[in-house]
Parts: sequence; structure tokens; C-alpha cells
Amino acid sequence: MASAVSHLHKAAGPAHGHPSRVTQDSPWVRRSLTGVALLFLMGFVLLPLAAVFVEALRKGLDVFLQAFADPYALAAIKLTLTTAAIAVPANVVFGIAAAWCITKFQFRGKSVLITLIDLPFAVSPVISGLIFVLLFGLQGWLGQYLNAEAPWFPWLQQWLIEQDFKIIFATPGIVLATIFVTFPFVARELIPLMQAQGVDEEYAAVTLGANGWQTFWRVTLPNIKWGLFYGVVLCNARAMGEFGAVSVVSGHVRGETNTMPLHIEILYNEYHFAAAFAVASLLALLAIVTLVLKSIIEWRHGRANA
Amino acid sequence: MSSRSARSILPGFGLSLGFTVAYLSIIVLLPLSAAFIKTSGMSWDAFVEAVASPRVLAAYRVSFGISFLAAAVNAFFGLIVAWVLVRYPFPGKRVVDALVDLPFALPTAVAGIALTAIYARNGWAGFLEPLWAGGVGRLEQWMPWGSWAEWLGVKIAFDRPGIFIALTFIGLPFVVRTLQPVLEELEPELEEASATLGATRWQTIRKVILPELTPALITGFAMAFARALGEYGSVVFIAGNMPMHSEITPLLIITKLEQYDYRGATAIAVVMLVSSFVLLLLINLLQKWSRRHHKI
Repeated sequence: MASAVSHLHKAAGPAHGHPSRVTQDSPWVRRSLTGVALLFLMGFVLLPLAAVFVEALRKGLDVFLQAFADPYALAAIKLTLTTAAIAVPANVVFGIAAAWCITKFQFRGKSVLITLIDLPFAVSPVISGLIFVLLFGLQGWLGQYLNAEAPWFPWLQQWLIEQDFKIIFATPGIVLATIFVTFPFVARELIPLMQAQGVDEEYAAVTLGANGWQTFWRVTLPNIKWGLFYGVVLCNARAMGEFGAVSVVSGHVRGETNTMPLHIEILYNEYHFAAAFAVASLLALLAIVTLVLKSIIEWRHGRANA
Repeated sequence: MSSRSARSILPGFGLSLGFTVAYLSIIVLLPLSAAFIKTSGMSWDAFVEAVASPRVLAAYRVSFGISFLAAAVNAFFGLIVAWVLVRYPFPGKRVVDALVDLPFALPTAVAGIALTAIYARNGWAGFLEPLWAGGVGRLEQWMPWGSWAEWLGVKIAFDRPGIFIALTFIGLPFVVRTLQPVLEELEPELEEASATLGATRWQTIRKVILPELTPALITGFAMAFARALGEYGSVVFIAGNMPMHSEITPLLIITKLEQYDYRGATAIAVVMLVSSFVLLLLINLLQKWSRRHHKI
């Protein structure tokens, strides 16, 4: 209820409608603070963004386009798309399930669960990659199992060896590391939203005879669709752009285990700057689209509230 | 608010909680525990040697020192940016507001090569170098923490200042985005009352507004600090990566992995994990404090 009141308060907006003179800063202060803020953002945010596109096109459009004719670049783009296509849906299903149990029910250990969901945020991407190497690398538990003299389930070991089963330095490892790194994004977007919406509408639906799935599809989902959409977009941007974790588990085999960010690194280290920035510009474009979508959603959301 | 009974009439509790816990355990908890289990097999001496050798200590100093500095700079400028975005109208505000999230959405490798292109010797901001060398470098003699001022004067990319720039970029959204909602909900009546009672604008800001913002400001600082500690992608391109001098801890972990020193890498990772968990705990406590502080 408290959140509903604060929403109304915000929508009515008495704070910003009629600013009184005592709470306003002098034009001089206002102008210089705005200037400092804009300069800071320009130097640290706008300039790097512009640099990506300027450097990508510096040697002309032909060189720019050539970067994408490279079969290794195409393989990297394909692997990045595949990874995101697995990681994002997995985390969407998890995000919805987590938000549902956390926001619609009371149970013990809820705050612990919320903290644990945030855990991957606090882990360095490099360490996120490392832990999967420890589990599935040749030196790790999987490797020990495959090399064991007398393993449990010999048929399984046999089968895995026949399949040339690999997680690290192969696509499964890249997907796992990406899922780990983008783990909290959808849940993080949904939990506050669903908390603010409460349970009254769902109660009404159930009282009127709807079953669980009907309640979710017809009542909850329409309410959270924009938040969910942004969660997906952000999760996707991060999944496609992940560098540190993927770098540890990938093995950097060109055309096989190189994602777009890793391909950028290789091009850059080999002094193919224009090509590196050309591939980077695709990812930068993705980031811009993400931000534009976020702004549009916030704007629509703000209007719906007003 | 409708009184919630212990048993909700909504279905799906068991299914959703079960799935959440199972997925969380498989994807996050089990792999993370692998790092601790691997380290627990080490003898104490081997562990100390792995996490406290001179090169590792130097990497901690670089990581913690520069992350702290970057987070502090972000706290200062983030406060100004948030204040301007909430309080002052200006053309293009919506675009500027969206731009704040860019470091969050832009892949770190892309940020890394872009920042390097700008701050490298022959890069876009090459003209800044004499300024750094002449201006900031000269501050050195008055600064008590000589070693930090020393590198400020040297060069930007491929050295410690490059790390500082990358980490500032990475942490930027955290301070702004934690302060913005608090600033928006700050009641103008407080400022009016303060002004009515005869306080100058500066006094109002210092004694009324800043104390209200402090919890959020520290939270944002801690988040930017935590993020900077683990950052890898944007830093490796710009840092120069000299052992003992401009090598960050995540890079050292990768170096150890490439030398097949899995135990050494894992031991350092455990130290970093424990420090980030402590930070995460601190942030959670701060947010609780902030919420309580705000309700009063």
C-alpha cells in the first residue's frame, strides 16, 4: 500500500510542478553544475561511444564491410547468437519463477534467497569463468572422472569419451558461463515490479475460478510485460557482450569457440584496428538499442502511471 | 493492505520455489563452492604463498587502490550528475539520462578498446598528456600519498591512469542510479522549512540534503567499488599490464590459469570472492539502513 501511495504522490508531482524560489539554486550554480555533469558524461561516456564508430569507419566503408566478410567474424557472430539464444530463455524462465515465489508468497529465508540471486553480480567475470574450469576442465572434476581407472558408471565414462564430450573450451562452457554472468538480470527487473503490484489481482482471478496458468498468462504477464521485456533486452545485451568469463572458458579457437567480444580482442591484438572496431560497432549498436528501448519503456510506463 | 495468511490461495509456490532453488544451486552455488573446495585441499603454507606473494600483493594494491579512487570520483561526479538530472531542466535531458546507463549496456571489451583509442599516446586525447604531466603531476610534491600522485603524472593509457579511467567508466551508473530515486522522493518541504528558519542555501544543502543522501551515496560508492574490483574486459586493453605495477588481480588469475597453476589461481579467486561477499553484505546492510532512514 505504501508503494501505491508513493506512486500517486509521484504522479501528481507537487515537487516538480511549482518549484518555490527558496529551493532553487541560483542560475550561476545551476549552469556550472550542469556544465560539470555534462562534461563528465561527455568525457567518460559519449566520447568512447563516438570513438567506436569513428574508428570503425576511419578507413572507409569498404574496410568496415570487409570485417564482416571474414568467415571467422561470421562464425563468431553465429556463436554469440547461439549462446544468447540459450542463455536468455533459461534466465527468463528462472527470473519469472523466482519473482513469482518471492513476490506472491511469504516464506522463511526469503531475504537470503534474494541475496543469493544477486551473488553473480558480486563475482568477477574472470572468477565466473574459473569456477566452471574447476568443475569441468581437464584438471577439474569432469576431467578426473574421464581419466579415472575405476570410475562410477563405467558405461557413462565410455559413452562420454566416445562422444568426445567437452564443456570447457567448447560451446557448453561458453553457454554456462554466460548463464552465470547474466543470471540475476531478469529476476532483478521483475522482483521490484511484482512487489509493487501486490497480489490482489491474482487473488481476484483465483477467486473467480482461474487456475494457476490462467492467472499467470492473463493477469500477471500483462502487468509485467514491459519490465519483463526490458529484463530480456538487458540480459541479452550482457549475454552477447560478456568477455571475461567467456574468455576463461573458451580456449580462443578461431571459427569454433570465439564469440564476438573475443574476436574483437584477437583482431585488436593483431593490430587490425578497423576490423576490431567494426565488429565492436555492432555490439555498441546493440547497447544503444538497449538504452533506447529502456527509455521508451520508461516513458510509456510513466505515462501509464500519470 | 489485505492481511496475508500464512497459506496463500495462489498456486505454484512449490513449483516456482523448487525450480528457483534447484536452478540457483546448479548454476551458481555448486560452481562457486568448487572454488572453496579446491582451495580447502591446499595446505595453509601453500595457500599463504599463493595469495601473499609479492606479485599478488602488488596486484591487490593496484586493484583495491585504483578501484577505491575510481569509486570516490564516481561518488563525487555521480552526485552532481544525479542532482542535475533530477533538479534542473535542460534540453536533451532524456538522452543524457539514457546515456548514464551506457557503461552498463556496452560490452566491456568494446569499452576497453574505445577508451584505449581515446587515451593512448597518439589517440584522441593525446593532447591531454602535457596537462597530466605538467599539471596533475606537479601536485605530487604537495600530496601526502606520493606514489599515487606519481603515476598521475606519467602517462594515461598503458599505465595505471588507464586503469583508473576504465574503472571510472564502469562504475559510473551505480552512484547515479542509486541516488536518483532518493533525490526524486526528497520532499521540498524540508528545504522550504530550512530556508524559512533562516538557513542559507549552502547550509540547507550541507545540513539537510546531504545527510538525507548519505546512505544512498555510500551504497552507490560500494557498488561501484565492488564492480571495479572484479572488472577485467575494459581494463586489460588500457592497463599496459606490467607485473608488480599495473597488473590487476583478475588478470593475475588469468595469467596463473594460462600457466596451469589452477591452485594458485583459485586461491586468489577465493580471496577476491570473500572480499566481494563482504562488500555485498555491507551493501545490503546499507540499503536496509537507507530504507529505514528514508521512512522516518
